Amino acid sequence: MQGNNRLPIYGLLSMVLFSPLVHAADGKLIGTAGLTQLEGAGGGGLVPWATLSGYDSQEQVSVSSAITVVDVDDYRLNAFGVSASFYDRAEVSLAHQRLDLKTLGGTIRQNIVGVKYRLYGDVVYSPLPQLSLGLQHKRLADTAIADALGSDDDQGTDFYLAATKVHLGAVGGYNAVWNLTARATKANEMGLLGFGGSQNSDYELQLEASAGILFSRNLAVGIEYRQKPDNLGLGEDDWMDAFISYIPSKSVSITAATANLGAIAGAPGQSGFYLSLNAQLW
Amino acid sequence: MRILFIVLVLSFGITACVSSSQSLYAELGGADKVDEVVEHFITEIEFDPMMYDYFKDSDIVRFREKFTEHFCMLTGGPCEYTGDTMEQVHTGMEISEANFNHAVDLLISAMNKAEIPHRLQNRVLATMAPLRGTIIYI
Repeated sequence: MQGNNRLPIYGLLSMVLFSPLVHAADGKLIGTAGLTQLEGAGGGGLVPWATLSGYDSQEQVSVSSAITVVDVDDYRLNAFGVSASFYDRAEVSLAHQRLDLKTLGGTIRQNIVGVKYRLYGDVVYSPLPQLSLGLQHKRLADTAIADALGSDDDQGTDFYLAATKVHLGAVGGYNAVWNLTARATKANEMGLLGFGGSQNSDYELQLEASAGILFSRNLAVGIEYRQKPDNLGLGEDDWMDAFISYIPSKSVSITAATANLGAIAGAPGQSGFYLSLNAQLW
Repeated sequence: MRILFIVLVLSFGITACVSSSQSLYAELGGADKVDEVVEHFITEIEFDPMMYDYFKDSDIVRFREKFTEHFCMLTGGPCEYTGDTMEQVHTGMEISEANFNHAVDLLISAMNKAEIPHRLQNRVLATMAPLRGTIIYI
């Protein structure tokens, strides 16, 4: 198990090292492609954005990958994502999440398939924000805890509409970015604790937001907020983070954040760090 | 962290309202600095295979003069742009989004070489961004 878990990391690193040799899609301005969020979609860290995952323009295809770890008091989440973005129009993503229960022991794994379609605009150049519609289909691989907590289902699909805009030179000459996402979901803690529950079994609309400033072509700082439902009646909290991203090239970026995840499965005040390595492979 | 979020969002609005009395052109350093950027930009184009293809039949003397005028006018300088419209210049050149963004990368590189501060570079790009629709895919 341990050996297997390490394989993707070595694979990714070798691909990062070789990526300058291939002709990667580079048709967007550096820093405007965004990152890969926890569920595999192009976005910020916690929130899917209207931007697609790579630097592809209308004639290009890109493939990106990300490894993320979120380590809080009683839990550790590892997320591995791969996505392809086609002609700056559509994105397909796969993600594997593994939540380690540090205090209780045990592991919950979940797989996510995502699709995103850009409806309108260019995040930098169109007068109105870039708009995209997306879905994330999630299946739990380990269902025992979700079942024990009384969730209705071990799979579910989220739907979201996201608006993202970069304003050139808007904040004291620095470029600024904001994102607003509306998500219809039944997921408990992103799906890791199942879907629906004793308090609510229906889709609920949740708002998610991000705001950031690019202090140079290679450095972005910002914050995110993700509203969450409380279907299980365990006092599930909204999520927040404050992040700093270093973007040395269009091929790679590194993001560190402080994550404030609130109560998770009854364990209160879960906070800690978030670390993510993003690489555009093609 | 909620407060931090509100502060950040508000700061977008506030700084958008604060404007300097001096033109961007003057803040950049006027005609000498704009000439420097334009020279570096032309050099960038000459050494770039993708861009050079679009310029190989161009009159560089005329390009230098008209681009300098345009740069000056867009940044609020005391110039009048006397060249053709962006549509007239670029029609039939089949410039793609990737070509356009590549040209922006070269302009940023030219501004870096001319030691234009990052914050002024962004404001220059903001004056030019609205022209994109009159340049690509026409």
